[in-house]
Amino acid sequence: MRTLLLLAALWTAPAMAVDSAAEGKQVFIRVGCYQCHGYAGQGGSAGLKLAPEPLPYDALSTFVRGTTGAMPAYSTTLLPDADLQKIYAYLKSIKKGPSADDIPLLKNLQ
Amino acid sequence: MVDVIRSLDVKYVAANPGSSFRGLHESLLNYGGNTKPEFLTCMHEESSVAMAHGYAKATGKPMLFLAHSTVGLQHAAMALYNDWCDRVPVIGILGNIMDAAKRRPNIEWLHTAQDPAAMVRDFVKWDDQPASLQHFGESLVRGHKIATTPPMGPVILVADGDLQEMSLHGTAELKIPKASPTRPPQGDDAALAEAAKLLVGAVNPVLIVDRVVRTAEGMAQLVTLAETLGAPVVDQGGRMNFPTTHPLNHTDRAGGLIRGADVILTMEVTDVWGLINEYIDNEERAVSSKIKTGTKVISLGTGDLYLKSNYQDFQRYAPVDLSIAGDAETSLPALIAAVRSAIPQSQQGAIAQRRDKLAQAYTKARVAAREAAAIAWDARPIATARLAAELWAQIKNEDWVLVSGEGNLSRWPRRLWTFDKHYRHIGHAGGAGVGYGIAAAVGAAIACRDAGRFAVNIQTDGDLMYAPGALWTAVHHKIPLLSVMHNNRAYHQEVMHIQRMANWHNRGVDRAHIGTTITDPFIDYAGLAKSMGMWAEGPITDPAALGPALKRAIAVVKQGMPALLDVVCQPR
Repeated sequence: MRTLLLLAALWTAPAMAVDSAAEGKQVFIRVGCYQCHGYAGQGGSAGLKLAPEPLPYDALSTFVRGTTGAMPAYSTTLLPDADLQKIYAYLKSIKKGPSADDIPLLKNLQ
Repeated sequence: MVDVIRSLDVKYVAANPGSSFRGLHESLLNYGGNTKPEFLTCMHEESSVAMAHGYAKATGKPMLFLAHSTVGLQHAAMALYNDWCDRVPVIGILGNIMDAAKRRPNIEWLHTAQDPAAMVRDFVKWDDQPASLQHFGESLVRGHKIATTPPMGPVILVADGDLQEMSLHGTAELKIPKASPTRPPQGDDAALAEAAKLLVGAVNPVLIVDRVVRTAEGMAQLVTLAETLGAPVVDQGGRMNFPTTHPLNHTDRAGGLIRGADVILTMEVTDVWGLINEYIDNEERAVSSKIKTGTKVISLGTGDLYLKSNYQDFQRYAPVDLSIAGDAETSLPALIAAVRSAIPQSQQGAIAQRRDKLAQAYTKARVAAREAAAIAWDARPIATARLAAELWAQIKNEDWVLVSGEGNLSRWPRRLWTFDKHYRHIGHAGGAGVGYGIAAAVGAAIACRDAGRFAVNIQTDGDLMYAPGALWTAVHHKIPLLSVMHNNRAYHQEVMHIQRMANWHNRGVDRAHIGTTITDPFIDYAGLAKSMGMWAEGPITDPAALGPALKRAIAVVKQGMPALLDVVCQPR
């Protein structure tokens, strides 16, 4: 019975991760993360890169809740922990793309 | 009046037509033959001034604009403020009818003021209201001189309708005064020697430049100064100052360099306080010093030579250690000589070592920029880095000029492209006034056309909608200009501000889009351009479609016409 439960858990885990990441992308957009960090979390002049390879969740959470810098903090009222976890699932789901050397337009830049 | 204008080698006059300057308008066409200056038909006075603004930065020469003294100048005012903040020479002539006994009923009363320039006097360098043709001639020549003397800025003349329209008698008595351009002032030799001594004695000197370079020689001298000192250069981008491919260009590393500096030289930087202090836009509006105790700050520039009180573009007072009044570009040869004579032979090795270390850091930063550009390469909306890279691939073999700002594009052009000549870009609006972009680009593109260069405009969506009639002007006058839109479907800076306020107030960002986004419906910018006869495509949402579309657009521009691509992009 324990084996069956474990198998069931393994079977559903990737699907749940996908759902969570998809929901996380929606939250990422709804609460405005994309505005400074870009839709893919790539960062830019207004905000740091968040993905791929995001910070550990605890570090991200601590920053989001308590920052006093240019980025406004998000209280749990504005962004419940469950939603922040979904955002994190989205950021984790963003795969590392090709490197600059694999992109001809970037490879040839001085 | 036309003879005086021609004596100043003014090639263009930009205007939306207005009856208060009908006399001058007709004289330009028929007496002047509509050449030197040629009349450029504009669809808004803000566009007339912004066109003159862009043209002046691309050529170093003023373009004239004409406007009604009341209804025209009020439209033009915002663009004049940009000129003022950006220290750009633009000359305006306003139509006005002073003699109340001669005014046509109704309209000429509406189009006349006692003191028309009063409403812009706080942000023009000089103005006059000539009472005779001789007076007009002397004041226009004087105005040209004042506008083009650093710190440069806009000037205004009021041309009375009677002076424009009356028959001339006794013209033999009229004399056009000889133009006598003022040579820009060099900083005091002793002060430059003191600055050189501080820079040479520094372990970590940093050079910060904003509106310094006007000529190829100026850029070469700035490079010489940096190389002689082995000092990194941070280019704030108000003008094209320092090559992006030079290993001493460390613009991307500004924050760390300023924190680690022991001597900082700023050149033609308006906001020195903002450079040396950290200001965080949080609820406390927190301020802290960026520089170490004991860091010496030297400022060199013309900002202290002319400023006014009302508008606060002069920025917060910066308590620098050595303030040198003088035109930075003009002062460079003397400063270089002073630095060379202050460097002992024994220090050459240390300077060379610093140069090598900086070259390594530069290479690392360029590699990091390329890697950062790769991250969202295939993202939709199209990543701003992808837009910049695709555009660069198509223009890099042209003698190109970026005739727009690039700050909203996360500065990707300057991080990825090769900016190697003094004319490669013309900076930004100056006063952060929206509506400058498209018209300034058209004005600069005229200069590029005349110089055989290829004008590239990265056009933001919100800016285009202020005065899109500039597109028509570009088509009508056959001005080759490639406009590639950074269309993020928002006044995006304001989206972020509202988000910040909502979070501070713990209210959520659900409504931050209200009043800040340009959606529902989306604007068909390609359709807008096509309606004015311009070749256009878009909206382009697939990054793979961008390169081929750019090729098609560039082919149109190379045939001597403007083209616009609407590209739906990431916010920044």
